[in-house]
Amino acid sequence: MQKQLLTVENLTVEYWTKKGKVRAVDGVSFYLGKAETLGVVGESGSGKSTLGLSLIRLVPPPGRIVKGHVWLEGRDILKLREEEIRSIRGRKISFVFQDPMTSLNPVKKIGEHFVELIQTHEPKVSRKEALERAEQLLKDVGIQPERIDDYPHQLSGGMRQRVMIALAIALNPYVVVADEPTTALDVIVQAKILDLLKVVQSMYDTALIFITHDLSIAIERCDKILVMYAGQMVEHSNVRDMCRNPQHPYTQGLLKSIPNIELTEQKLEAIPGSPPDLLNPPNGCRFWPRCSYAMERCRKAEPQLIETETDHFVRCFLYEGMVE
Amino acid sequence: MSKLIVKRSMLSRIIPAIGSLRERGLSGWLVIFGAAIVISIILMTLLAPWISPYDPTTKGVNVGAPLTPPNSKFPFGTNHLGQDMMSRVISGGGVMLQVAFLSVAICLAIGVPLGLFSSYMGGIFDRSVCLVMDSIYAFPGLILAIAIAAMLGRGVVNMALSIAVVYVPSYFRVVRSQVLSIKEMPYVEAARSIGAKSRTILFEYILPNVVPSIVVVATVNFADAILTAAGLTFVGLGVEVDIPDWGWDLANGRKLLPSGAWWVITFPGIFIILLALGFTLMGEGLSEILNPKLGE
Repeated sequence: MQKQLLTVENLTVEYWTKKGKVRAVDGVSFYLGKAETLGVVGESGSGKSTLGLSLIRLVPPPGRIVKGHVWLEGRDILKLREEEIRSIRGRKISFVFQDPMTSLNPVKKIGEHFVELIQTHEPKVSRKEALERAEQLLKDVGIQPERIDDYPHQLSGGMRQRVMIALAIALNPYVVVADEPTTALDVIVQAKILDLLKVVQSMYDTALIFITHDLSIAIERCDKILVMYAGQMVEHSNVRDMCRNPQHPYTQGLLKSIPNIELTEQKLEAIPGSPPDLLNPPNGCRFWPRCSYAMERCRKAEPQLIETETDHFVRCFLYEGMVE
Repeated sequence: MSKLIVKRSMLSRIIPAIGSLRERGLSGWLVIFGAAIVISIILMTLLAPWISPYDPTTKGVNVGAPLTPPNSKFPFGTNHLGQDMMSRVISGGGVMLQVAFLSVAICLAIGVPLGLFSSYMGGIFDRSVCLVMDSIYAFPGLILAIAIAAMLGRGVVNMALSIAVVYVPSYFRVVRSQVLSIKEMPYVEAARSIGAKSRTILFEYILPNVVPSIVVVATVNFADAILTAAGLTFVGLGVEVDIPDWGWDLANGRKLLPSGAWWVITFPGIFIILLALGFTLMGEGLSEILNPKLGE
């Protein structure tokens, strides 16, 4: 296997609630090369945000990572000591969160956020130098450097998200995890922010994990896509294969629900039903209650992830014959 | 020279602050009005040795005939020892102000860090601190303060301590509940995601966002502390008789009231009310300015 930047193996995260254990992420594996973009697509509650947070061990309690490995630079992040993991957060793997309105500390000036971040990881850097770097970073994301003395409330949502992106790339990390970075923004700003992420990514040669509920955006912006359903990965391949040959019925359903400008007569199809309660998941395949291809077998046994073409994984009984 | 510059820069900060307070409408005026009352009383107390017409201490006994009603020579009358009530009122706020400031300082020093850590750490530590605080809260405040003051004995520090014990829970509660909501804010999660230490998160991300609420509680608490201090002196747990004090005059005036000497109790009472009112107005105004959503 080619040496990868970030390799996730069999990552499993559970929330130990009073009502029982909820498996929010169930055996997810993927790898990410340098400057690659991975789209993680799924509905609310499919475990995609938990997946992102578990990469830097920040799953909020009562969540815990029960098994799996996250390899970065030959080290398993999940086995590092607390100080070591802190030195990875923000420097090697950084985050852009969903809600830019509340992701910046309201009592700190924009520049102070950069000073804080840079000095946390490089204590020798002087304040002045950190602020100079901050100005350059702000320029890179299209914000006038003078805004460095503004407080977060003086910026618009789109500008704040730009600041978040500048913070995310400030220490030139290997991986930026963008957790629904545009969900709280309107469509025009959304497109600009996504373009910016792309530009910044190529400027800094960073890998990007792009978490979204919108498959169409993921298809447009990513190299590889991982579709999650009820905590499990149901399909994972590069974008071309997924568009040409979507295999899992859930992926097919998602693709059918994207409006197509050329097919005006086409009726948009929605996937019936809603995601299962993870406290009490259905027996067998987790998708069968909503699946139009559901067979008797799907209700009883849980399908395994199988590789149908090179690097195209799917979790469905329909394709078992193809492999053998 | 450097002191001058400091003063000038402070002044240049305060003047626009007053201007912007006026733009806040009613709540701004409340703050200005309350602050004006409080500051004038503090000034009056500080300048008392120079502005009071007679000696208010025991040395000033019999400056006039005992229990003289208010007249042009003694505008507030005299008490049963023939001391000038106006002089006693002018210098009598000192003890109360000292007690109030000291007790608020003690409350801040204990209640705020306790609320911060307890809420941030959670778990068994949080539970046990909450239990202690709630049981203090369950006592009637004045009774508890009297009990503690009776154990500790007289004196400004002891009064302040007993008042602080009563009011620490209110600081603790406010800080704790604020921290509970702030620690779930995305910017705190973002701070964790950049590898910030717990100490940084507590003091740079959470504490500054709790400060507005602390300011409001502290200002309102000044008024409570003053009234409790007056209560303590009233039941005889205040300071030495020789030191002029509104609370003591109040207690003393109660005994003289049946004989028709209303002035001995009225004037110190008015000043206690004024001082408490000043702090309350400030607190109310500040709370509306700093937490505008509460008013809606």
